[in-house]
Amino acid sequence: MSEETMNQEEMIKSLMARVEALEEQAPGDKLCLGLMSGDLDKTIATFIIALGAAAYDMEVDIFVTFWGLSALRDPKKHAKKDLLGKMFGAMLPKSAGKLPLSKMQMMGMGPPMIKMVMKMHNAKSIEELMKDAAEFGIRIHVCTMAMELMGIKKEELIDYPHMDFVGVGAFVGMFQESKQCFFM
Amino acid sequence: MSEELKALDVAVEVDARGTACPGPLLDAKRAIGDCPVGGVMCVMSSDEGTIIDIQRWSKKMKHEYVGDYEDDGFWRVYMKKLV
Repeated sequence: MSEETMNQEEMIKSLMARVEALEEQAPGDKLCLGLMSGDLDKTIATFIIALGAAAYDMEVDIFVTFWGLSALRDPKKHAKKDLLGKMFGAMLPKSAGKLPLSKMQMMGMGPPMIKMVMKMHNAKSIEELMKDAAEFGIRIHVCTMAMELMGIKKEELIDYPHMDFVGVGAFVGMFQESKQCFFM
Repeated sequence: MSEELKALDVAVEVDARGTACPGPLLDAKRAIGDCPVGGVMCVMSSDEGTIIDIQRWSKKMKHEYVGDYEDDGFWRVYMKKLV
C-alpha cells in the first residue's frame, strides 16, 4: 500500500469520526419555548407559535415557570396548602381564562374586551389552543422550583396528557437539542 | 388562474373559514393525512395569511403549492400532496 492511500484512509477515518460527532450534536427538528410570563397575550402567543411549529412536524417542548404556572391551574381542583401557599393561591390567577393582559389591562376591563374581539374574529381562545396543543403532542414541562416557591401543587393543575415536572437541567437539555428557543 | 384552479379535481376540501390563525394551518395539517399522494387539497380560509402559510408549509413538507384565488369573502388555497 502506498503512503498516499494510507494517508487517504486515515483522512477518511478522521472525517467519519468528525461527522459522527457533529451528527450527535446537531439539533433535531425541535422547538423549545420558555413561558415565564403570566400574561394572557404572551401565553396565547406561546401556544400559537407552538402549534404552528407542530404543523411543521416539529417536536415542541414548553417549559413553564414562575408566573406562567397560573395558566396551568384548574379552578375546579383544590389542593392542601400552608398559609403562604394559600396566599399565593388567592393572589394568582386561578386559570388560563383569568390571566391579565401585559398591556391595556384597564383594571380588569382589558381581558374581556380582548376575548370579545378574538371571538368576533374567530380566533381560538386560550383554552381551545391548549386543547389543540394536547392533540398535537406538544409537551409541557412544569418547573418544580416555581411550584415550590408559589405553593402550587400538582393536584390543582389541569389534566394535560403530555405534562411532566422538571428543573432547569431539563430545560437546558431541551434547548440544546432544539433548533430554536424562545423565552416569553 | 382561478379558472384552472376551479377545474381541478379536489381530493380533500378543508373548510377552515370559521377559525383564525393558527386554525387553518392546523386544519390543513389534520386533513393532509386523508389526502392521497398526488391528490389536490383545497383549504378554504377567511384569513388571508393562510395563503403564504400554506405556500411555506407545502414547501417544507415537500408538497407542491398549486395556487389560490379569492372567492366570495374568503380564499381558496390549493396544494398537491406529493409524499
